[in-house]
Amino acid sequence: MAAAQQTAIADNAALFEFLVRMGDNTLILGHRVSEWCGHSPALEEDIALSNTALDLIGQTQLWLGLAGEVEGKGRSADALAYLRDGLDFRNVLLVERPNGDFGKTLMRQFLFDAWHYVLLKALKGSSDRRVAEIAEKALKEVSYHLDRSRDLVIRLGDGTAESHRRMQAALNDLWPYTGELFIGDASDMAVAAAGVAPEPASLKVSWDEVVAEALEEATLKAPADGYMQKGGKRGIHTEHLGFILSDLQFLQRAYPGGTW
Amino acid sequence: MSSEWPLWEVFIRGQHGLNHRHVGSLHAPDAEMAVKNARDVYTRRNEGVSIWVVRSSEITASAPSEKGPLFEPSNSKVYRHPTFFDVPEEVGHM
Repeated sequence: MAAAQQTAIADNAALFEFLVRMGDNTLILGHRVSEWCGHSPALEEDIALSNTALDLIGQTQLWLGLAGEVEGKGRSADALAYLRDGLDFRNVLLVERPNGDFGKTLMRQFLFDAWHYVLLKALKGSSDRRVAEIAEKALKEVSYHLDRSRDLVIRLGDGTAESHRRMQAALNDLWPYTGELFIGDASDMAVAAAGVAPEPASLKVSWDEVVAEALEEATLKAPADGYMQKGGKRGIHTEHLGFILSDLQFLQRAYPGGTW
Repeated sequence: MSSEWPLWEVFIRGQHGLNHRHVGSLHAPDAEMAVKNARDVYTRRNEGVSIWVVRSSEITASAPSEKGPLFEPSNSKVYRHPTFFDVPEEVGHM
């Protein structure tokens, strides 16, 4: 009995970790994308990117909301988003990369969307009904995100000499941040063993397929898989996360509990 | 950038059974992107189930200066409105 209880608690900690990783990825990327609001190269793109940001932040509410529930300490999605410090954030490094130019933002979005898409497809079959339900809802949004970012990466990669150059530079720059998406740790293995989520490495083949096909059409060349940056999933972040959080969390830090 | 893209007119079907209605215009490099942009610009609040786009330059419009000859003659032809029939009571509201 004591052993069974301990297992349940360990699994619960792993489930919390998994949910926070999901929510932090969408929160930080959503915030990054929202930085384009009012600055995009065309009004139509501005609205489209803002829609994507809002979708991601909506998904954050679901993932972090469930994380707080699973944790059972009374923390809401807002508390997790606004009142944790950088070391407690579990997003992959890819999503905190600076926006760069419009092409780089789209390349980051595409590389993430492709992963997000294959992951959510797998999560629809999660043994945890709450996870499956969130995945079901998010997948509809993410299918469109992928459709759009993939299309724009192809258009810009196979566009003018200048747009091609920028997209290739973006790809080279971001590629070392893609490896972390597929690295699993003990907590990933625990949720995989419970049938809650797939092992990260198992998504690589489908991701490679989606990415390779688009890059070929975009006339872009993926760099060889060399050294891969990692750490975000364990709370070891790049210098950029602190700046994001100072922006994102300013209001709740300056005016604790403030609502409007 | 957007000034280099052609203008498109956007038509949205609000729900099944209704006609597509003109809702506005936008810029896009081609038809496929115009549909995507229309989705993002004009259906954010659950406005539609179907989108049509057409290049604004493909629309032929009547000239405002001809509105006299085009539309005024019908002003005086009330008999074209089906308001002179007695509707039997059993029919109810039409």
